[in-house]
Amino acid sequence: MNVARTDAATNEEKGARDTQESRFAWLEREGPLGYALTAPTVLILLLLIAYPFGLALWLSMTNKLVGQPGTFVGLKNFIFLLDDQVFRQTVGNTLIYTSAAVFFKVVLGVALALVLKQSFRGNFLVRGLLLLPWIVPASLSTLAWLWVFDSLHGVLNWALVGLNIVKVPVNWLGDPTLAKIATIVVNVWRGTPFFGIAFLAGLQSISEELFDAAKVDGANAWHSFWKVTLPLLQPVLVVVTIFSIVQTLADFQIVYVLTRGGPVNATHLFGTLAFQTAFQTGRMGLGAATSLFVFPALAILVIFELRRLREAI
Amino acid sequence: MSKIGIVRRFLGRLITLYVPLAFFIFFFLAPFYWMFITSLKENKELYNLQASRLWVSAPTLRHYQELFTETAFLVWIKNSFLVALIVTAFSLVIGIMAAYALSRLRFKGGTAVGAGVFITYLVPPTLLFIPLASVVHRLGLYDSWWALVVTYPTFMVPFCVWLLTGYFRSIPPDMEECAMIDGCSRFQAIWRITVPLAIPGLVSAGIFAFTMSWNEFIYGLTFLQSSSQRTVPVAVPTEFVLGDAFFWGPMMAAALLGSVPIAIAYAFFARYYVEGMTSGAIKG
Repeated sequence: MNVARTDAATNEEKGARDTQESRFAWLEREGPLGYALTAPTVLILLLLIAYPFGLALWLSMTNKLVGQPGTFVGLKNFIFLLDDQVFRQTVGNTLIYTSAAVFFKVVLGVALALVLKQSFRGNFLVRGLLLLPWIVPASLSTLAWLWVFDSLHGVLNWALVGLNIVKVPVNWLGDPTLAKIATIVVNVWRGTPFFGIAFLAGLQSISEELFDAAKVDGANAWHSFWKVTLPLLQPVLVVVTIFSIVQTLADFQIVYVLTRGGPVNATHLFGTLAFQTAFQTGRMGLGAATSLFVFPALAILVIFELRRLREAI
Repeated sequence: MSKIGIVRRFLGRLITLYVPLAFFIFFFLAPFYWMFITSLKENKELYNLQASRLWVSAPTLRHYQELFTETAFLVWIKNSFLVALIVTAFSLVIGIMAAYALSRLRFKGGTAVGAGVFITYLVPPTLLFIPLASVVHRLGLYDSWWALVVTYPTFMVPFCVWLLTGYFRSIPPDMEECAMIDGCSRFQAIWRITVPLAIPGLVSAGIFAFTMSWNEFIYGLTFLQSSSQRTVPVAVPTEFVLGDAFFWGPMMAAALLGSVPIAIAYAFFARYYVEGMTSGAIKG
């Protein structure tokens, strides 16, 4: 009797499971399941990225101020910006900042990868430690740099004066050129570890046999670097560089924390200028137009990357 | 090996390894050291122009004590943790679903979704913070850390989907298919076979997503105003400045404590991230 009841119970359960299974049977088919599983992602892409992007385009064509509705002004904001002294200066700053920072990140990144590829004691620990600049919150580490550059109490001036390299303390963040250099240095400091580790992964995928073959053929280290290492590293080099160009161009934190775009707008990037325009002077429409200038670079990156992906597939 | 050979070998190592390594270690880590000794200095020593800047003569934990008793540091930490935990959990779940579909299932539009995810992964926050501020206002979330919970998925969902798609692709589908032939439903196969195999990928995606959220600055700066709502990266650069006066001691203590948890977690998992990041390039 006991047995019978158990059988009945399991039968009942099985029945329930069967109907449940048939109710969800459509999910076993690839098409509907694919749509069901990607629906939340698609929804987020549309609501949180496509919609705000459309909104950015719309805002950039209005004279909206914070807390007030705006009216359509066409391309007026863009025309205003192209003629605006501060904006033009920002374009120049961004070009200098991006090209200098990316250049040094690539060079130092390759150097770092070549160093870390060698075997030495503590290699693993060093790799972990050298990643620190890249992983900690940039706004916090940039504060340390702000303090390094402090003209009165900073360690940099203390060292330079102490070593008799300069006679009087340097006003690092108060001089337009020096401030530009300072922001670039911090960006290079923060970005190089990532370049190094990415290039290291690229280096490690190159077969040792190729280096041995080059050596047998009489190539010295210099030759094998230019003829073997660099060409084989090229795919990683290109991807990381292009990715970094967009990230650097759209940088915000380092400049905001270090100089707020100053002195006299000498270090503004699109992001910091857009922030200042939109939220400190309250001109949302003009701010939106300013930040949209990041878009062309992004579009080029996307087109390039998509082509590469298609080739890979 | 002759004596000259040994010397030459050592000189070679010196130029190609030790000198550049010393430079990198100094350049990358010196700011952290400066941060650390500053946080241990008494104000008297900190602003004494005659004192050594490279050493601390009378270390004190006073600034750390100040941080916990006189500032809202613990509240910022709590806000950062809550935002990061909620958004990471959410993004991982959504990410697993989409990544599974994109890596295993053939369906119309799948490639387009994949491309969309990849494109949005590349979009920098600088492009969207102004319209998102307007969205946040409309949702009534301005000056609440919930604004970050709503907006962080803009970069975290694409990141998780993209990273996990790569990871699922690296797991052969055979085992899953065998399980289904043996009578498992697809969900059982996913749950019992694929997800356990993907755990290392899930762990690293989780840690990186958490870090991205923890480090985020521009949205937090734009959408939050009250000290009680701010996250660590937004609060520390703003709350220790009064007009022109910087409170360097507690600020450096806070910057250090705000970085340490992330640094520890990351150091162990960075390898996975870089592999994911570059595998496409290497294969391509």
